Amino acid sequence: MPPIIEATGLTKHYGDVHALAGLDLVAESGRVTALLGPNGAGKTTFISAVATLLKPDSGTLHVAGVDALRDPKAVRRTIGLAGQYASVEEAMTGLENVEMVARLFGLDKATAKRRSAEVLELLDLTDAGDRLVRTYSGGMRRRLDLGASLVGRPQLLLLDEPTTGLDPRSRMELWEAIRNLVADGTDVLLTTQYLEEADQLARDVVIIDHGKVIASGTPDELKGKAGRDVIEVRPRSGSDLAGISEVLAGVAAEPPRTDDDTQRVSASVDGGADQLATVVRLLDERGLVVDDIGLRRPTLDEVFLALTGQPLDPSPTDPDASADAA
Amino acid sequence: MTTTTSLDPAATLATERAAAGPTPTTTVQGAGFVTAALATSRRSILQFFRTPQVLMMGSIQGALFLFMFRYVFGGAIQASLPSGLSYVDFLVPGFLVTVILWSGMSAAAGVAEDGASGVYDRLRSLPIPRSAVTVGRSIADFTLMAWGMLITGVVGLLVGFRSHGSIGRVLLGIVVMLAFGYCFTWVFILIGLVAENAQAAQGMTMLVIPFSFISSANVPVTTMPGWMQSFASNQPVSVAVNAVRSLMQGGPNKVGLEHSTTYWIVATAIWGLVIMAFFGTLSVRRFSKMR
Ligand SMILES: Nc1ncnc2c1ncn2[C@@H]1O[C@H](COP(=O)(O)OP(=O)(O)OP(=O)(O)O)[C@@H](O)[C@H]1O
Ligand SMILES: [Mg+2]
Repeated sequence: MPPIIEATGLTKHYGDVHALAGLDLVAESGRVTALLGPNGAGKTTFISAVATLLKPDSGTLHVAGVDALRDPKAVRRTIGLAGQYASVEEAMTGLENVEMVARLFGLDKATAKRRSAEVLELLDLTDAGDRLVRTYSGGMRRRLDLGASLVGRPQLLLLDEPTTGLDPRSRMELWEAIRNLVADGTDVLLTTQYLEEADQLARDVVIIDHGKVIASGTPDELKGKAGRDVIEVRPRSGSDLAGISEVLAGVAAEPPRTDDDTQRVSASVDGGADQLATVVRLLDERGLVVDDIGLRRPTLDEVFLALTGQPLDPSPTDPDASADAA
Repeated sequence: MTTTTSLDPAATLATERAAAGPTPTTTVQGAGFVTAALATSRRSILQFFRTPQVLMMGSIQGALFLFMFRYVFGGAIQASLPSGLSYVDFLVPGFLVTVILWSGMSAAAGVAEDGASGVYDRLRSLPIPRSAVTVGRSIADFTLMAWGMLITGVVGLLVGFRSHGSIGRVLLGIVVMLAFGYCFTWVFILIGLVAENAQAAQGMTMLVIPFSFISSANVPVTTMPGWMQSFASNQPVSVAVNAVRSLMQGGPNKVGLEHSTTYWIVATAIWGLVIMAFFGTLSVRRFSKMR
């Protein structure tokens, strides 16, 4: 089976901005591939290219074995798109929205009706199905938008930040729905800004920045490369920040970071839970009182820092600095 | 034999899928042109009729202007009309035609909004002829325009408008008006597609306003300065107004026109077809193009 998406050297520029700058990506069939990257990384641009909404300046792109630049019409028969902003019609009911898209996917009236009801059921929207979307919450709209994209049962679902703006519960429900789809044989390419989301859903993760892939692999591989777990401490009194930083420095793999705004100290550690226990003991010995202490997964920021040696949002002097180093 | 099969990843995947239940159809057929155009036009029509604020404004606006013209300017303009023709009988046919412009303004904003909100991204990603989406939009805009004309016509009758042509000619007038209006919807679709946001679209439609006022719709062009008259009597809106007015009020000499009714109808048809060919082609191209 050919890869569901195969992109080589894709470029797309808007004036001086290189939204895609030689992007190479292979997404295998039968799994979720997550495209992870900060704002402006080129995630939406890539999704739009796969969805045949835009033409790359150069490079090749195959979707389900079809040349997307030569035969975009054939590609449209294999994809379903849920864009970054929910594109449902406020003045129609949830059911009407999904039915319309079902009809556009080419289903006859009866099938469209039946499938739409199934999709609403799957996304827990059956009760709201006959209400105008105007009355829906943001999370319900997102789910409905997802429903519309999958009602035609396309081979490949393209989901651009599907869970942005959802509360934790709706996010988890959406993850569950996506997992079920994949179990049923749908391929999924989704974008996200959250490492945790990629971790939860995706078998393959591709990290992009400035229109290029900077790392890819399974979530575990990436974390192995990049992310140690992080211990984060918030002291009761701001005056203890320095003392806590000292304690963490003793166990951490890298110098701890102190965030004065949130009054937190965080440090990447190698040993995870063991180190947490050590830190708790040390803090106790020194009589440092904390409000909150925890072990968490590295964030996208931290993975970035580890992978590129640069923070997500480099200061203007950084390019010079790296040029000197090189 | 079985071992070779199970080693083939594709075959394994296929078996897994079969076991997992409803499998995605690998290729989706996609709707045909007519289904796609009707489904998308239905959406825009519902959007109008199910948004009370829009429905009210869209319906009242025209009626309000008609009311003002009839009673505020009517007395002053009456003097420059051919004898035997009352201002309300002169005004309403012209006003009906300018409904095309007024309803077109909100149509352009609607198109721009659909472009900005991601609705068109979804539609462009679907296996349907992309031209069907623009044609669907034109059907919707046409429907809303016809609604606006209906309201205007009713208000016109209420404020004293009466037709002096035969039933057949009046009906033909309505057909001319609707057909010309359909051609003109493409102007606003293109504006909406180019503008990319509702406010810009609304700004750009302001360029169309002169076609409403520098025309024979509200006043006889003979009162305008000479250099303006040549534009005012030949531009598309005036030509359509003259055709409709002549049909509804019993012939060109009754409404102070030099050429025959047929002349005005043919001129309207030519303008309509030219406008539709130009703006329609550009709209369909613009919408269908990969960015
Ligand atoms: N139509 C456009 N015109 C000009 N610049 C554009 C256009 N579309 C995208 N860009 C630029 O291309 C870059 C990549 O944009 P893109 O939308 O793909 O990022 P993204 O990864 O989806 O970001 P986000 O997380 O904010 O959605 C950005 O710098 C953006 O400003
Ligand atoms: Mg984006």
